[in-house]
Amino acid sequence: MKVRIKFTKTGSLKFIGHLDVMRYFQKAFRRAEVDVAYSKGFSPHQLLSFAAPLGIGLTSEGEYLDAEFESVLTSKEMLEKINEVMVDELHILEFKELDDDAENAMASVAGADYLVKIRDGYYKDHTFFEQLDSFAKKDCICILKKTKKSEKEVDIRPMIYKIEQRDDAIFMQLATGSVANLKPETVMMALCKECGMEYEPFGFLVHRLETYMQDPKEEGKLIPLGAVGHEIMEPKQDGKKEA
Amino acid sequence: MRKLALSDEILLQVEKPARYIGNEINMVTKDKENIDVRFGMCFPDVYEIGMSHLGIQILYDMFNRRDDVWCERVYSPWPDLDKIMREQQIPLFGLESQEPVKDFDFLGITIQYEMCYTNILQVLDLSQIPIYTKDRTWEHPIVIGGGPCTYNPEPLADFFDLFYIGEGETIYFDLIDLYKTMRAEGKSRQEFIKEAGKMEGIYAPSMYEVTYNEDGTVKSFDPIDDEMPRTIRKQVQMDMTNTYYPEKPLVPYMKVTQDRVVLEIQRGCIRGCRFCQAGQIYRPVRERNVNMLKEYAMKMLKNTGQDEITLSSLSSSDYSALKELTYFLIDECQKKRINISLPSLRIDEFSLDVMSRVQDVKKGSMTFAPEAGSQRMRDVINKGLTKEDILNGAIEAFKGGWSRIKLYFMLGLPTETEEDIKDIAHLAEDIAMAYYTLPAEDRHGRISITASASFFIPKPFTPLQWATMVNMTDYKEKAHIVNDEMKAQHNRKSLKFQWHDAKTTILEGVFARGDRRLCKSIYDAYKAGCIYDAWTEYFQYETWLQVFENNGVDVDFYTTRVRELDEVFPWDFIDIGVTKEFLKREWLRATDAQVITPNCRQQCVGCGAKVFGGGVCFESKN
Repeated sequence: MKVRIKFTKTGSLKFIGHLDVMRYFQKAFRRAEVDVAYSKGFSPHQLLSFAAPLGIGLTSEGEYLDAEFESVLTSKEMLEKINEVMVDELHILEFKELDDDAENAMASVAGADYLVKIRDGYYKDHTFFEQLDSFAKKDCICILKKTKKSEKEVDIRPMIYKIEQRDDAIFMQLATGSVANLKPETVMMALCKECGMEYEPFGFLVHRLETYMQDPKEEGKLIPLGAVGHEIMEPKQDGKKEA
Repeated sequence: MRKLALSDEILLQVEKPARYIGNEINMVTKDKENIDVRFGMCFPDVYEIGMSHLGIQILYDMFNRRDDVWCERVYSPWPDLDKIMREQQIPLFGLESQEPVKDFDFLGITIQYEMCYTNILQVLDLSQIPIYTKDRTWEHPIVIGGGPCTYNPEPLADFFDLFYIGEGETIYFDLIDLYKTMRAEGKSRQEFIKEAGKMEGIYAPSMYEVTYNEDGTVKSFDPIDDEMPRTIRKQVQMDMTNTYYPEKPLVPYMKVTQDRVVLEIQRGCIRGCRFCQAGQIYRPVRERNVNMLKEYAMKMLKNTGQDEITLSSLSSSDYSALKELTYFLIDECQKKRINISLPSLRIDEFSLDVMSRVQDVKKGSMTFAPEAGSQRMRDVINKGLTKEDILNGAIEAFKGGWSRIKLYFMLGLPTETEEDIKDIAHLAEDIAMAYYTLPAEDRHGRISITASASFFIPKPFTPLQWATMVNMTDYKEKAHIVNDEMKAQHNRKSLKFQWHDAKTTILEGVFARGDRRLCKSIYDAYKAGCIYDAWTEYFQYETWLQVFENNGVDVDFYTTRVRELDEVFPWDFIDIGVTKEFLKREWLRATDAQVITPNCRQQCVGCGAKVFGGGVCFESKN
């Protein structure tokens, strides 16, 4: 059966790469001795698929991966069992069953929420918060996008779904995924330009809060990737196995 | 949240920041307020290499079982971080606490290969510990070296306070107790070094002086104080079953070189190949009990979640319960979808059966290490392997479905002739021909044979320690002779020949049999920017040659010079159990008689290792 797992990546583990996260899960599942499914063949591997890989240096409390399991205990028990062998900085928050026909996590990703904080010692006397309203109200936010061959102007405004101040940070909801993808760093670059400030690559701490997909029931509405999963209330075997 | 030693800005600028953050699964953290002795355990190479080393995992576990000791890991920062740490004067830190190494009580450095010597200086320097032992005070940790290269520690004598000669399981705790007592008594650092140097297995290089003959060879090696021992006896853990072994090895986040559970099944080797240092210094062979191995294998797999387990030993086929252990592992691991890797197996019916079960035959290759091309040459090095053995093994492998063969050889062996090395090509050709003796339906595509050659380096405490090395020009010529001969073979399109860099070999040759007069050159090379010499992209051969020249070091003196049978070697003060008399006998059997010597299980040939009172020397001989 397919399950969707929500997890965090915080603290010093923001420095490990995407492939490291994958290996971490594979090893954690074996340590926890959970009944994860393997591919067939001579070197069987666990069938894991990640939603939207996080860049090195970013933290998150809204990461997702899909996995196949042969059998599971309840969601609550699975959470406990797996978290027991994980480190605090990278642990799981949800363990839910997916319908067999559910689209995989990576293909479904449509958006993500971020919280961007200013790192101590950077951007003294900035005017980000003062400019944020007018920035958000612009019809068009054009940036120069460099490709290997040329530079072209891209309007990122349609990919910014929300942007506002939250306490001492900037909250933003951005298009994410294979159709349209906007990084929070790019938004900050544009905002710096708006404020007439030099962009400093290490000046921000970026934290992902949630990853979203299109609500299958309502056009244009985003729901968390985990929302399509079901809480597992009692242990079960994969039906296909017995068939 | 854990505070890291390096800022985010630095970690985001360097390649693979995961090397420096620690916090891996099974990492040990302790409250330093309750700790008496902090021990930094260093592998002076990059994280991925250092994390793959079994010895450190064993000692890390052992030290941390003591409540009053906290052992942390230290690795060489990669050149990108090295540069930043120098610019910003950031002291090198332990991965666990992220605190400076200079505040620890001990810095233990494992010395696995000669080409890491400048990295040792890098680690000291970045730690802000004086590079020379003479410049250190109680403000600095005790710097202690261990590992195979300490069987000739002399080229590093000026940099280490102490060397631990032999296996770490035996007397480290005594050393730590001595340290605690002497610190509590307010003794001086020099007093501690002297007292430690009186312990069996501990060598305090500053307590000895060396004089030289006019020809540059060692004249005398004497303690500067009558209380110091004249010889240092290597340490051996005789009971390999009831001893320290980690149940919870560290699990790195990033991909490291040896990313698997390692099960050391035995220590030592019965074979006595005459070029092999490990085969002598780890005598006598001691096996671990098979039930202990089964238990640890299961615990380690459970505690790490690794998807692969490998057996470690110098010659796995000689482990007496290998079948029982292997079939147990195959059963257990297939259930859990864990791969098994079985290196250093002799090719026979059993190993082929096992390998066909644990690897994808179509993708895998079969490796043989004949080490030399001709039978005469293999007899000289005591590689008890005949051409018939190799061909039969290859045919069995072909029948099992393999069609890719790897062969390992050495060039530059003593008494070697052109015919001997051309036989490397002939052997490869014969294996290829053997493939085509099989009926077409049993063959799987074209045969592919890759022969690799390294250049022979005479090592201390081997029968070939008297051998001369060949010079750079001859190495290249030898490699080309083999390569040309390969191209002259009927099956040339299936044969491939590759050889190692001779420059590295020369340098390794200098240090392997070097003496303390080389310390200054290592220091100067480091100061001239040499680090990561083991990495081709950073190896600066020309700088080394320049440094040797400036210091009046004659490379040929260490490499190509003919050594007399009665020469005093810089490492003679170390007692490995195996006697110099035995090695001499073997050297003469190699070069004069050119005959092989039986292995430890066939017949005891009185090497001297019996003095340790156990292992293979006392197995019932039935």
